[in-house]
Amino acid sequence: MIVPNLHLLVVHAPEVANTIRPGQFVILHAGEGAERIPLTAADWDREEGTLTVIFMEVGTSTGKLAMLKAGDQIPTVVGPLGVPMEMRNFGTVVCIGGCFGMGSILPVVRELKENGNKVITILEGRSKNLLYWEEKLSKYSDKVIRLTRDGSTGYKGHVKKGNEILKEMNIIPDRIIAMGCTTLSYLATRDYAHYNVPIIITLNTIMIDGTGMCGVCRCTIDGHMKFACVDGPTSFRMWRILTWKKQNQGNVRG
Amino acid sequence: MEETKSRKRERVEMPKQAPFIRKRNFQEVALGYTKEMAVDEASRCLACKKPLCVEGCPVEIDIPGFIKCIATNDFSAAIRKLKEKNCLPAVCGRVCPQEEQCEIKCIVGKKGSPVAIGRLERFAAEWEASQTIMELPEIKTKTGKNVLVVGSGPAGITVAGDLILAGHEVTMLEALHEPGGVLSYGIPEFRLPGKIVSREIEYLQKLGVKLICNYVVGKTKSLSDLLNEYDAAFIGTGAGLPWFMEIPGENLNGVYSANEYLTRVNLMRGYQYPKTYTPVIRHRRVAVVGGGNVAMDCARTALRLGAEEVYIVYRRSRNELPARLEEFENAEEEGVIFHFLTLPVKLIGDEEGWLKEIECLKMELGEPDQSGRRKPVPLAGSEFRMRMDACIVAIGNSPNPIIPTTTPNLEVSKKGTIIVDENTGKTSIDRVWAGGDIVTGAATVILAMGAGRKAARSMHAYLTNGIVSTGG
Repeated sequence: MIVPNLHLLVVHAPEVANTIRPGQFVILHAGEGAERIPLTAADWDREEGTLTVIFMEVGTSTGKLAMLKAGDQIPTVVGPLGVPMEMRNFGTVVCIGGCFGMGSILPVVRELKENGNKVITILEGRSKNLLYWEEKLSKYSDKVIRLTRDGSTGYKGHVKKGNEILKEMNIIPDRIIAMGCTTLSYLATRDYAHYNVPIIITLNTIMIDGTGMCGVCRCTIDGHMKFACVDGPTSFRMWRILTWKKQNQGNVRG
Repeated sequence: MEETKSRKRERVEMPKQAPFIRKRNFQEVALGYTKEMAVDEASRCLACKKPLCVEGCPVEIDIPGFIKCIATNDFSAAIRKLKEKNCLPAVCGRVCPQEEQCEIKCIVGKKGSPVAIGRLERFAAEWEASQTIMELPEIKTKTGKNVLVVGSGPAGITVAGDLILAGHEVTMLEALHEPGGVLSYGIPEFRLPGKIVSREIEYLQKLGVKLICNYVVGKTKSLSDLLNEYDAAFIGTGAGLPWFMEIPGENLNGVYSANEYLTRVNLMRGYQYPKTYTPVIRHRRVAVVGGGNVAMDCARTALRLGAEEVYIVYRRSRNELPARLEEFENAEEEGVIFHFLTLPVKLIGDEEGWLKEIECLKMELGEPDQSGRRKPVPLAGSEFRMRMDACIVAIGNSPNPIIPTTTPNLEVSKKGTIIVDENTGKTSIDRVWAGGDIVTGAATVILAMGAGRKAARSMHAYLTNGIVSTGG
């Protein structure tokens, strides 16, 4: 457990670690009877052949993953799935990570920096004990901003507060990337719409196969049906044209 | 004359679970022939010199040959005969549409009911499974060639089976955590028990096929990269991208693709929930849209999960229903309610985003369309609503896009299917063949197997003498 209810899992999966790119995900399956859980990769080590994921314990199957001890084996680590996030020099990029997204945004931040971007990273959490990986993220960010709803550390407020902070710092983003729960993605697209730049969010839906077969992850973008697993999971469309399906059916992905 | 006598005799019925019992359990509906029944039925075959039934079989099984063995009580010879041409007799005996392939051509059928070829095939396979030792066929001398099979569904299984027997090394890759493709995730337990599929896969493994699950070709590694490690490859990745109706409300909770519904229940064992952990909501009123075998499977699955009322909503009439007659009858017997000539136009939700009602239009049949079937035309002002908790969309699938989009130079049609030479299954890429639903769009298990057989023949010729024949 990395912070309350968020777990970090390192799995040995050399073939997956070898080809994975920022924004892609894997599916873990804790064995007979469990559900298949899609998780965005938070880090990887190609030489060691390992992959790091961070997930929230929300139900039986994520509970099973959380119970794993070092050295345990699980039958399924499949991936990398989904389309990698577009990476080049965009200029100034604001990256927002909340909840499990503070982890999964790391590869994004790292590669953006490698591409020569100015990277401003915003960590968002309810309280200071829910923030993590600030040090890792600082390594590749020009600035890390802490944002807590109770003001226990950094600035007090939610995503919207970022507007004031960016203004204070005279930063005008060329691109905004938000990773985290549905609410965070929604707020990012709503509260930063006025910048009129691409806002990239990841669609963390329930999935079964992750290869386009089941259609659980469907969403409507610009009036067309898309599947988060094969067309996504990253999407730079505005929230209002995304229609969500079944948030409350089965497990919401952590 | 004995022939005249046998012609008059009607086919031996196969025992089934009674509808009121079976509609509440996931055990197999049809129970199979006993030895006596099988021998009795087999003796109806005329053993024609020029058997028309064989012409109707996509994998050219020696039908009179294996039936004769059953008639003479030599069951092990019967299964050997079957397996010469068909590596999945237990599967095909159950899910092949025999009534439009082999049995429709049966001479006995011209004056009565045709010989029950499918039931006899199933019997032979079951007899073999009940034996303690499974005979393994002879494998030709190893050639040292390595073949990659992508997808472990019916097409891939056939290619793997044929090429391993020919002496090549075969590696089969599967994206999901269990092999079998549509046989595992799609066809329900009560029609094709999972243990039969795993038995067939084990048989392939005994022959030496190497199976790797959780491997997504095009993602974990590209096909082009894999070609550096193999002498030839076969793509059998199936039709795995569900169609939706593109009507308002399809993103509501309670609306499923047939693939999702069946996969949750079958592959993820949702029918055993809460013993297993994949939830399947027990909806009370369920509408299934579509008229194929998959639609029947969904409707009958919903009943077994405890639904009170299950409807099939199909836009054409009963005559155009693409499902097998047997499946339609099974569904009807179990209490599925059919709304023919009905087209859903809108799904309506409640405040919390759950499906509440389905709005439909009544249709009538007009002029024949491209498919030769009479086209359904909406009747103006015929809108009506039905209260529903769930709607399962079972109107078909597009080919899975992962390999076509990640393999440069692979020729693909507008529909997304891989373009191959009709006679050999060879694709536009050197050393790569394809077959099954990824080439034809959604079709049947046996057609995929037939395509696999053709491709395997061409691959074997290529691996043996380096020649790819095209154009037949």
